Amino acid sequence: MINADVLIDSVISGLLLGLVYGLAAIGLNLIWGVMKVINLSHGAFIALGMFSVWILYTSFGIFPYIGIVLVLGLGLILGIITYFGALHRVIDAPELSTLLATFSVSLIIIGLGTFIFKTNPKALDFSMGSIEAGSIVILGTKVATGIIAIIFTALLYAFLYRTRPGKAIRAVSMNRTAAELMGINSSLILALSFGIGISLAMVAGALIATIFPFTILSGGGYELKSFVICVLGGLGSPIGALVGGITLGLIESVVTLGIQTSFVPVLEFALLVVILIVKPSGLLGGK
Amino acid sequence: MKDSLKNLYDISLIWLLVVIALMAAIPPLTNSITMREDIFLILQYIALAASLNIILGFTGYVSFGHIVYYGIGGYVAFALMYFYNIHLIPAMIAGGIVCAIIALLLGEAVLRLRGAYFAIATIGVNEAVKALVNNLEFLGGSAGLFFNFQIYQNYGGAGNAIWLAYYLMALLAIVVIATNFLIKKSKFGLGLMSIREDEDAAIVLGIDTKKYKSLAYMLSAFFPGMVGAIFFFKNGNIEPVNAFHLLKSIEMIFMVVLGGFGTVTGPFVGSLLYERIRGILLVNPLFKDLHMAVAGIILLLLILFMPSGIIGYVRDKVSVLRRYIE
Repeated sequence: MINADVLIDSVISGLLLGLVYGLAAIGLNLIWGVMKVINLSHGAFIALGMFSVWILYTSFGIFPYIGIVLVLGLGLILGIITYFGALHRVIDAPELSTLLATFSVSLIIIGLGTFIFKTNPKALDFSMGSIEAGSIVILGTKVATGIIAIIFTALLYAFLYRTRPGKAIRAVSMNRTAAELMGINSSLILALSFGIGISLAMVAGALIATIFPFTILSGGGYELKSFVICVLGGLGSPIGALVGGITLGLIESVVTLGIQTSFVPVLEFALLVVILIVKPSGLLGGK
Repeated sequence: MKDSLKNLYDISLIWLLVVIALMAAIPPLTNSITMREDIFLILQYIALAASLNIILGFTGYVSFGHIVYYGIGGYVAFALMYFYNIHLIPAMIAGGIVCAIIALLLGEAVLRLRGAYFAIATIGVNEAVKALVNNLEFLGGSAGLFFNFQIYQNYGGAGNAIWLAYYLMALLAIVVIATNFLIKKSKFGLGLMSIREDEDAAIVLGIDTKKYKSLAYMLSAFFPGMVGAIFFFKNGNIEPVNAFHLLKSIEMIFMVVLGGFGTVTGPFVGSLLYERIRGILLVNPLFKDLHMAVAGIILLLLILFMPSGIIGYVRDKVSVLRRYIE
């Protein structure tokens, strides 16, 4: 029998985890929405975010939550470089080319990462205390990651809806040709979108690193989760990604009270395929 | 049908099949075990890449999780041999048929998706099946199944069993390449290629795209099922991590793209080169630790500067060869 405390506990941690998953997926979603590219290097950049914040903390003593700001900047730069290096030439080619181009970036990052960091697990060793209410205990790091994830999502929204480059990004995602005719430099906008998508992935990775141990290969699992989330919330819709993330977080933490943990992936991926087929616009999407 | 079989006498197919057959004949003639292992791998790559080429190269549908059929076929055949002591050949055919049926049913749903949506769905299918098999107790869960050594006694010892697996793989590689050629030269193939170029236009021109895609998907699932059966028979054990490894899917795509997708010779050339590249990267001390990064760079350069692959490039530049290289 599941008691109420356990349930509340799992709902809260599912929610907080879901917010971070959502943030990771927003990056993927933005890139898909604007560029129609499925970014297969997403997981590699999540792992890179984990290691960036880890290096900043262990080698330079920069507190992880401050390190995240630096990771954001790093992600933006790396994303823009990746766009011009790997994607710009094939952006109008069939999807196979962009899938493979981003996958090759992933191979390069993970290959170098394995070479430099090996594959033994790392963890960020710091504590934020915990919040207790009766028998419910929630780690401070989880609360902090949840809040930061919300802040970043809000910032992205403010950027997309209140600033000129943000509006240009939305214009390009609606109709690239029309946007170009209005004098928007679409190459720059695509590079910027890719940079933002990558930096969000890296920040999400950095946040995940404050909660769970990680290796250079950890990103792959979160990349697959991001796919499920994006499909749940609707490919191309940032707010949908957040909702999808929370849904997935709740599924992972609450459903496991009822069924074996190892069955959760079966459920997740079956959900992915079913939603793609039945309602490709996502749960929140229109027709 | 009769007309399409006449195509088998085409010079551009014959030389290719002769080359594969000669290559496959090296290990039995020299009795070299290392050669056998190398060439077994190449033959497996050829069969897999050429199967994928049917749906990816001709039809233009990026089946990213295609390895799922290799895994399913492997598991079906392995279970038949493990539990019922059935001979490899019928077990292998059963594996292929199960895969074709699953592809038919699944295709009803996923083939309605286009472009990247289809690619993601196939990744999802592979991951879902992998997670499911991980949980099936009677298939050994995540630890998988192991052959009792006695199973090989039915084939006259482990040595003979491995040779049998080798010959079957060679035969399969030849059959898949020939199938590719027949498809490419047929009206069916023309239909597939019109779907690749512009699906809506193909519908307007009266092509039953649904039926065509379904059939192409079934064919491209049937052969990997049999390849999986042979591989895991020879391997002696099967586990979900090995059977449904997404990286193997990407290896298949890499070989098709490297050789030239939508060509018949391409998957062969791609497989051969990939096996060599992989060997060099894994053995060379300079690249050993960096082999993934180097593979990534090669793939990226290929996509950026030679997207039609080696055979596509050659056919493009040297028009004389077009009659001899398909």
